[in-house]
Amino acid sequence: MLKIFEQLGGFLTLMYSAFSKPEKAQMYWKETFRQAKDIGVGSLPIIAIVSTFIGGVSAVQFAYQFRSISLVPMWWIGSIVRKGMILELAPTVSALLLAGKVGSNIASELGTMRISEQIDAYEIMGVNTPAYLIGPKIAASVIVVPMLVVIAVALGIVGGWGAGLLGGFFSTTEYFRGVQDGFDGYDVFIMLVKAVLFGFTLSSISCYKGFTVQGGAVEIGKSSTQAVVLSSIVMMIVNFFVAFLLL
Amino acid sequence: MIEIKNIKKNFGSQQVLKGISASFENGKCNLIIGKSGSGKTVTLKCMVGLFEPDEGTIMYDGRNITEMDFHARKDIRREIGMLFQGTALFDSLTVEENVQFPLDMFTNQTAAEKLERVNFCLGRVNLPNTNKKYPGELSGGMKKRVGIARAIVMNPKYLFCDEPNSGLDPKTAIVIDHLIKEITLEYNMTTVINTHDMNSVMGIGDKVVFLHEGLKYWEGTNKQIMEITDGELFDFIFASDFLKDLRRNAKY
Ligand SMILES: Nc1ncnc2c1ncn2[C@@H]1O[C@H](COP(=O)(O)OP(=O)(O)OP(=O)(O)O)[C@@H](O)[C@H]1O
Ligand SMILES: [Mg+2]
Repeated sequence: MLKIFEQLGGFLTLMYSAFSKPEKAQMYWKETFRQAKDIGVGSLPIIAIVSTFIGGVSAVQFAYQFRSISLVPMWWIGSIVRKGMILELAPTVSALLLAGKVGSNIASELGTMRISEQIDAYEIMGVNTPAYLIGPKIAASVIVVPMLVVIAVALGIVGGWGAGLLGGFFSTTEYFRGVQDGFDGYDVFIMLVKAVLFGFTLSSISCYKGFTVQGGAVEIGKSSTQAVVLSSIVMMIVNFFVAFLLL
Repeated sequence: MIEIKNIKKNFGSQQVLKGISASFENGKCNLIIGKSGSGKTVTLKCMVGLFEPDEGTIMYDGRNITEMDFHARKDIRREIGMLFQGTALFDSLTVEENVQFPLDMFTNQTAAEKLERVNFCLGRVNLPNTNKKYPGELSGGMKKRVGIARAIVMNPKYLFCDEPNSGLDPKTAIVIDHLIKEITLEYNMTTVINTHDMNSVMGIGDKVVFLHEGLKYWEGTNKQIMEITDGELFDFIFASDFLKDLRRNAKY
């Protein structure tokens, strides 16, 4: 129990120094941009593939259920896929995928830098290491994760459409009538809130785990696993509270 | 000149440094020698502020770094260059970007000025035409050279080298030693070097501090070392029985 508070304290101190004033803003922008590119471009393929199929599966499953209740019109599927993707599936699934990909990447990169004394080397030069190595990663993640989630929603809807056409559940006009029907901007707002919080949680926990590694290669492996597990759990808790408080 | 007084450092219950005092002079290669695990790296890291000593003072030309806050320390760090035991090159950056990093971060020089300085430093360590390579593509000796170039790019007053020739063949090791020595003289730097290489001690040891079990056991010049005939330092220097016999039978 004491250890948890100790870690929490360490985490908060690190976050505080990660957002102190940069010595040269231009270098920080450059680094943020580089990180954003890394996270965004690197994760796009997996997010695109997974969300397309998830959209497809949702459409197929609802069509299967709706067929037994003949009163429900098939064009509703479009609206259900849209709502499901925006409110829950796109943010959550992206978050878990990114925890696996970006989280472990960040933790092992920082861990390696720690063990090979690269962080000490920055420190000796007079660089504010938490600010330079962590700040840009978190900023990039907070910017890029919402973008990825928006793309996931779009591709999920496309996936649902494709699956429906393949299965002959509805026509294109019917589906997109559903997609547009009863559209609520508040859902998008919630989605973005989630995405921003996920981006922060994921990157900050992974940075903490990587930055504070001690030991050698084995510890780097452990810490990157911990980064994935811990950030997944915390994101799902955050997810619950966002739904609970805002819906 | 750097003076350390009564430096103590514990890790948990392990007393690594038990009160070390020494001074390191300008324009000289000051060597810290001692067995593996005797606390050389810890001493060096305390001196540059990567570890907080539990006790003691560290004076950089009269400025006490142990009493400084983060910002004052940052100013002193601009005057420090360090070559790490494992070189610690940034592996996502090229050789050129590695050496240029401090310039990017702390100066407002133009791209052309920076490149000129980088090329000068790389030339100084005899590494022309490697600018675009990544650290992973270099040999151990080349990495050390890049490490030295990066350490001197900001014209430091103080240069710290943690085992600059570990992992190098004897010839390359001597070349690196002499490079450090030349640079030290050229810029009148205060250079502190950790080593357990006897070639270095004899070749460049203007001043030698011998650590043993967390204490300074001996201090002197490389010439004086040759006059020693027993004790811990003798054991350390003439590690093998072969060398001990050779030394004892030598006539001076
Ligand atoms: N971060 C640390 N945490 C705990 N103990 C440490 C730490 N760094 C060093 N030590 C301990 O301090 C002692 C001295 O280590 P140090 O690295 O200074 O030795 P060294 O003289 O540099 O040896 P080598 O020649 O092998 O590099 C060792 O017993 C080591 O276990
Ligand atoms: Mg060492």
